[in-house]
Amino acid sequence: MKHLLSTQDLSLDEAILVLDTAAQMAATQSREIKKLPTLRGRTVVNLFFEDSTRTRISFETAAKRLSADVINFSAKGSSVSKGESLKDTALTLHAMGADAVVVRHWASGAPHQLAHSGWLGSGDSPVAVLNAGDGTHQHPTQALLDAFTIRRHLVGRAGGATGDGVGRDLKGLRVAIVGDVLHSRVARSNVQLLRTLGADVTLVAPPTLLPVGVETWPCATSYDLDETLAHWAPDAVMMLRVQRERMSGGAGAFFPSPLEYSRRYGLDHRRLAMLPGHTVVMHPGPMNRGLEISAEAADSTRSVIVEQVANGVAVRMAALYLLLAGGSPAEGSAI
Amino acid sequence: MSSGLPSVTTVLGAEDVQRALTRIAHEVVERSRGAADVVLLGVPTRGVPLAHRLAERLASIDPAFDPTAALGELDVTMYRDDLRRNPTRAVGVTRLPAVGIDDKIVVLVDDVLFSGRTIRAALDAISDLGRPRAVRLAALVDRGHRELPIRPDFVGKNLPTSTSERVLVRLAEIDGEPDAVLISGRDPKGDAR
Repeated sequence: MKHLLSTQDLSLDEAILVLDTAAQMAATQSREIKKLPTLRGRTVVNLFFEDSTRTRISFETAAKRLSADVINFSAKGSSVSKGESLKDTALTLHAMGADAVVVRHWASGAPHQLAHSGWLGSGDSPVAVLNAGDGTHQHPTQALLDAFTIRRHLVGRAGGATGDGVGRDLKGLRVAIVGDVLHSRVARSNVQLLRTLGADVTLVAPPTLLPVGVETWPCATSYDLDETLAHWAPDAVMMLRVQRERMSGGAGAFFPSPLEYSRRYGLDHRRLAMLPGHTVVMHPGPMNRGLEISAEAADSTRSVIVEQVANGVAVRMAALYLLLAGGSPAEGSAI
Repeated sequence: MSSGLPSVTTVLGAEDVQRALTRIAHEVVERSRGAADVVLLGVPTRGVPLAHRLAERLASIDPAFDPTAALGELDVTMYRDDLRRNPTRAVGVTRLPAVGIDDKIVVLVDDVLFSGRTIRAALDAISDLGRPRAVRLAALVDRGHRELPIRPDFVGKNLPTSTSERVLVRLAEIDGEPDAVLISGRDPKGDAR
């Protein structure tokens, strides 16, 4: 595999290789000197058509910790806002000698287009494309860091094994993903990856926020959060961000009011108490405290939300390493 | 040999390997004036079990040496200078001993010393991890053909080879067969160039 575009492309072995590599990368991040010389002389371009400070900083940190040169390219205030096409932007980046392009785009499929169009070169000088979120489609590194966090907390502990669950999949673990599944690339990426890793997933959302065709996804669905928490006893609860402004009131609203959403689908004090003792609370951030998650849940000892951010750097280091370090990615067996 | 086909020659048997390690252990103690400050770092893959065995011997020679506290492994994958020439390598485990390596005498342990590039990477890795008093190198086999100005301090066996030959180290812990050092692809005439 030359690119990281979707969690659907990852086989079980590839997914575990990424997670294991991330575990080694994470180990280097507790050292005094965090920087490794691994990608010295390589250039990584962060191509962001959509604002996302935390994802960009995470990728930038990961690339810099591996000694790659980083160029940040934001569409705002660049020639893209003057009407330049994705193709011309790509040709420019290729001419400048980029080795990898991390792309965030509002259009689903834009990273795929970049990777397979030939605009970024092909054959002898392939440029790796990493999807950092495209439309409502995929956000593979987010799903990988979620899986990594779940494995660290739940696999090593439950099995009595040591080493943060290195080498293990997530077989038998139950994950509830709660909230705006309809617009969520995080949910899509997670369902596929968690399924590949052997976990069971239940999506919990109001009917209006479940996409058409969700019944074909490899997961269960529910409209009732209390029922899911009480009877299914998930090992991890992943809350999704609700975009307040487009969710309620006026035409095109998905639920009557934020208060009603919060009552039925928010993770609050009462629901927190319903969870089994080992269950972890996750959120991809940024959070709407008081809407999908209460401050108490966000700050509780079960919350691994801040750790997810740290793990994001390790997972992105692993992805960059696996895509860029090998000399001939076309022949390499790994990712 | 008479067939003219590349053959496999056993250079060291299980007992030779044991004796070589015992001698290296004594040399380490002698050179460091006791093993109290010594830390052993095995370079994966086969350097790790070799470091374990050396640690046992050091403990039997010098009771001040704690084999569990002064033993680690050092993966050098991310420090290699040939990453771009080969398919992607899996990153291995680096585990430092609890005492750390600052002001210690670090003995790197590897099975075969060849170009010296692995040890160059290991030296870089060590300098990111701390500042040892000294770094020494123990290799079970030195087969020559150095590409860098690096030399071992403790050698099990100097083995003159030609570049076309391959040196294979077999260890019971990893390969599940008796310890041995083998050379394959040796010239039918039997002389190394």
